[in-house]
Amino acid sequence: MNWAAAGWTGLSTVPATQAPVPVYTAFPMSDALPDSAAGTGGASQHRVPVMRAHGLSKRFGQVVANDRIDLDVAPGEIHALLGENGAGKSTLVKMLYGLLQPDSGHVEWMGRRVVIAGPSAARALGIGMVFQHFSLFESLTVAENVALALPRAAADGLAGRLAEVSRQYGLRLEPDRPVHELSVGERQRIEIVRCLLQDPRLLILDEPTAVLTPQEAEQLFATLARLAAEGRAILHITHRLDEVRRICARATILRHGRLVATCDPRAETPASLARMMIGADADALRRDEAPPAVGEPRLELRGLDLPAPSEHSIALSSLDLVVRAGEVVAIAGVAGNGQSELFAAISGETRAGTAGAVLLSGREVGLMGINARRRLGAAFVPEERIGHAAAARLRLSENAILTGHALDARAGAWIVDRRGALDHVDRVSEAFDVRKGRRDPEAASLSGGNLQKFVVGREILRDPALLVVSQPTWGVDAGAAATIRRALVALARRGAAVLVISQDLDEIFAIADRIAVIHDGRLSAPIPAGRMTAERLGLLMGGAQAGAEA
Amino acid sequence: MDLATAILLTVVTASTPLLLAAIGELVVERSGVLNLGVEGMMIMGAACGFAATLATGSHVAGVAVAMLAGMAMAAIFGLLVLGLVANQVACGLALTILGLGLSGLVGQGMVGQRVDPVGPVDIPGLGSLPVVGKLVFGLDPFVYASFALVAGTWWFLSRTRAGLVLRAVGDNHASAHALGHDVRLVRFAALMFGGACAGLAGAYVALVYTPFWVTGMTAGRGWIALALVVFASWRPWRLLFGAYLFGAMSIGQLHLQAMRGALPDFLVLPGQFWSALPYAATIVVLVLISRSRGRRASEPAMLGTPFSPDR
Amino acid sequence: MAWIVLEKRAEPSLAMTFLSPLVAIALTLASSAAIFAALGKDPLPAMHAYFVAPLVDPWSLQELVVKATPLVLIATGLSFCYLSNNWNIGAEGQYVMGGIFGGGAALAFHQTGSPLGLPAVIAMGALGGALLGSIPALLRIRFSTNEILTSLMLVYVAELLLDWLVRGPWRDPRAMNFPQSVAFDVAVPILVEGSRIHLGAALAVLACCAAAFVLGRTMKGFEIRVIGQAPRAAAFAGFSPARATLLVFALSGALAGIAGALEVVGTMGQLRPSISPGYGFAAIIVAFLGRLHPFGILCAGLLLALSYLGGENAQIMMKIPLDATRVIQGLLLFFVLACDLLVLHRLRLARRGTA
Repeated sequence: MNWAAAGWTGLSTVPATQAPVPVYTAFPMSDALPDSAAGTGGASQHRVPVMRAHGLSKRFGQVVANDRIDLDVAPGEIHALLGENGAGKSTLVKMLYGLLQPDSGHVEWMGRRVVIAGPSAARALGIGMVFQHFSLFESLTVAENVALALPRAAADGLAGRLAEVSRQYGLRLEPDRPVHELSVGERQRIEIVRCLLQDPRLLILDEPTAVLTPQEAEQLFATLARLAAEGRAILHITHRLDEVRRICARATILRHGRLVATCDPRAETPASLARMMIGADADALRRDEAPPAVGEPRLELRGLDLPAPSEHSIALSSLDLVVRAGEVVAIAGVAGNGQSELFAAISGETRAGTAGAVLLSGREVGLMGINARRRLGAAFVPEERIGHAAAARLRLSENAILTGHALDARAGAWIVDRRGALDHVDRVSEAFDVRKGRRDPEAASLSGGNLQKFVVGREILRDPALLVVSQPTWGVDAGAAATIRRALVALARRGAAVLVISQDLDEIFAIADRIAVIHDGRLSAPIPAGRMTAERLGLLMGGAQAGAEA
Repeated sequence: MDLATAILLTVVTASTPLLLAAIGELVVERSGVLNLGVEGMMIMGAACGFAATLATGSHVAGVAVAMLAGMAMAAIFGLLVLGLVANQVACGLALTILGLGLSGLVGQGMVGQRVDPVGPVDIPGLGSLPVVGKLVFGLDPFVYASFALVAGTWWFLSRTRAGLVLRAVGDNHASAHALGHDVRLVRFAALMFGGACAGLAGAYVALVYTPFWVTGMTAGRGWIALALVVFASWRPWRLLFGAYLFGAMSIGQLHLQAMRGALPDFLVLPGQFWSALPYAATIVVLVLISRSRGRRASEPAMLGTPFSPDR
Repeated sequence: MAWIVLEKRAEPSLAMTFLSPLVAIALTLASSAAIFAALGKDPLPAMHAYFVAPLVDPWSLQELVVKATPLVLIATGLSFCYLSNNWNIGAEGQYVMGGIFGGGAALAFHQTGSPLGLPAVIAMGALGGALLGSIPALLRIRFSTNEILTSLMLVYVAELLLDWLVRGPWRDPRAMNFPQSVAFDVAVPILVEGSRIHLGAALAVLACCAAAFVLGRTMKGFEIRVIGQAPRAAAFAGFSPARATLLVFALSGALAGIAGALEVVGTMGQLRPSISPGYGFAAIIVAFLGRLHPFGILCAGLLLALSYLGGENAQIMMKIPLDATRVIQGLLLFFVLACDLLVLHRLRLARRGTA
């Protein structure tokens, strides 16, 4: 749970008047929503729940993913499922949708005990699910994509029903466009429409706002409200507490596979909710109040232009940025706005148009490759742990060689330096508390958090002058996330320049000295963190122009 | 029959086995599987079909056995590639080697033997029309079957639900699985169809084209069929065009040889050059279509990628 | 209902990495016996003729090495390709091209008695194979053309070129219209007295050892392995897949070409329309059977050579058709691929879960 390490745990030391920084404070709490059955919290208790789970348990080998979970969702209720990464939310929901079978426990639907053998059985009952990762077919049209999610019989007369559902719920879609042309928000609409066409009584949404801009999220909430008003039940999986307190009538909280509480989120404070989710307070990450002492520019982008290499990529336009020694600069933005293209341009995996578009410590490197940039003191940690930052089937020592061979003391050495690599692995494992089975296992056998610590640590321990890291704690448990963030800040305080590209706003506020926003391949001018508000950030992420400072 | 009609007829017979084998492989590849064993399935179809006809005197039996042989070979491939998630390239090669060997064993007792070739269809009235008569209405049943298969495949892929599911499986098997479609079943069915078509193509070679048994008589047509599928950007109607183009090229060199005396000198190149031309032309075509964006869009994204559902 | 389930292992099993080829061999032997029985031959003597007899006779042991030499040379080169995800299926063509170029060099040095003859043959053989191998590589790099199909098409082109040369410009005028070239007099040294084991065998072993060293210990070998496993990570490490593709195709083409040149000039002594009993394709089996590791390839090459010899032996002694050899080779590859699964997964009996 990322924002455990963020400002809010500092609540105990921060005066009550200074609220923590949740994600979308731009949107007023609760009042704007139309009154739904969910609003009259008490009434739903007396109706037969649409779905009730009793004592569901599931284990995978040694790991207990779910331990006797009870859950019920009433008609017309928007019910939140809260928990950190790894708390067991996905496993629980997969069991409710028939993708997994519980080891013990049972499920009741409309009061009757049922066995949900698979997704089609779930759909037949009236359960619909919108996953975080869409099941779409790029080369097929919207209509074809929708048809594939429906049973054969329902596919007749689809065009008309598609139009009607679109109109009724405000989900605009063009049936004949191929999916590869659509934006993320539009693709999510396809998923939702797929569910709605089967007339679900229960709709499960897995982190739906993770990929949406604030404005798109707003539209989603309106749709959900309409659905709830019709008497449908909604199970909303999220980790965003303000969202939960805004639209959900009840919340079920999981931690480490166990049920911690079922409560009314509006009766709780964000602090109490978070405490239930995380348990003991995680390490507080102290933010220096004083601005850091910054030195010379280590990274400069001057009018960086990069055309989009494929139709799915974003073109970068006239990017300007300076990152100095001693500071942490964060680039915020919703996924898919050019972050990977920017990373590739800075690392050298994509060459710039001109040498002078990218400078490292004053040297023009725009046309240089990644290893040349490494030799100038730059280090990089990309977003994808497996497949990009590290190769799954290679050992940790070999993964250390991946990024380190350019810096090898015996430059141009053509023999692999096994011993040196193993030493490096030992040092990284020690400094970053990397838990692994053996001294030098394959990268794939490490957990996400541990591999991320290794991947970040292997760069930090080479003492780079500039570190560029993308999504440093995505999919990582709270302990590992805290370790990584501390290390990033410490690196900057030791005199390196650190650039963090992240979608996690709480993380950004926790560690950044200056914040910029990337939207559609353009970068806003960085602003000192102290002067950036969540509202302004949300607007920038949604594409508003960075105007004069408030 | 005049010379032009005779030549065109040879183009048809040269192109038909290519078309038959390729339309099967097209469906297989649209579902996301790369089966390099087409040559092996074809030659087994030829051997078994020939043996059955030899034994029973019935062409129908021969064709049926040929198709079953192709399907049996495809089933072995399917078991390994779908069931055991084995490397598709290596399995395809193994299938070809196995097929070549097995067909040789089957064909031991048949070397040099002849069967009555499958004759052309006789449609009274239409068959005797000038020019068109023989060319359009007097072809053997395999040729009509090949056209029917192309039309049927087109209709299946673009107009039916099952075809939509197959295209989806080839586009993104993870999504298809998540939506509850049985990826392995769809692919296995596609492989069966591919095997049957390859067997049918083999039967054509053994029962019509050269109605006596020669070891390895498919002579690499299976490999050309593979190239054809890519040439056609995985679209049935383009496949028809491509098959006839390739057939024309491969048979064209024989005709040029025969007409050696009547042709200007520069056309009288060694026979090997003309034999090599289809292969070289295939390479050129492959390059041309790789460059165009159209191929990127129409190549099944999952082609060759193994599928293993979460266990 | 009980079900056999494939369960993924946490880490690849080291034991199975060595055992699975053995399991595959055992299964192949069992299937071979069944095939012989189906052919109406007594299985035990047939198995003996196939797999044991060639190992007992000293002459056939030498022949084993002779036959294994081109297989090991070619397969070693192929392992570089397959490890880096470059599917070179055209080794047969590269072998033929090497034979052509090598034969051409032998013709150039014909009746000169020059000591440069042998190095020229080897060098030209390597060049011929490398040139042909570069074509699919360049097409893949420049146009993203599928190298499986292009390398395969070139096999036929190379074979037809050989056919034309042997029947045409290079035909021995004193050979009574037989399609063959003159008998070459460039001598390829024999390593073992009285056998046909020539320099090629030493080169094969050398190539094996060199490949093992390069792949296991050098940065280049590391680069090749990473490119094959994780192309994005390779780019992140600054490796260039394009350069690697060209390198491995040229290398494997060169090795196949050397094999072809030595076979033509050494073992066969002349060029004929057909100079390969499918070595290029058999080498693919050898590469997989040897798990893409040079020493594994060495053993696998000997095993496959055994199957060739056994086939010839069984044909003479028991009239078993030579096609049976292909069947056994095909089955062997299938079993190897199937057993490969056991390295990453284990078999388990499980009950279908129900609530």
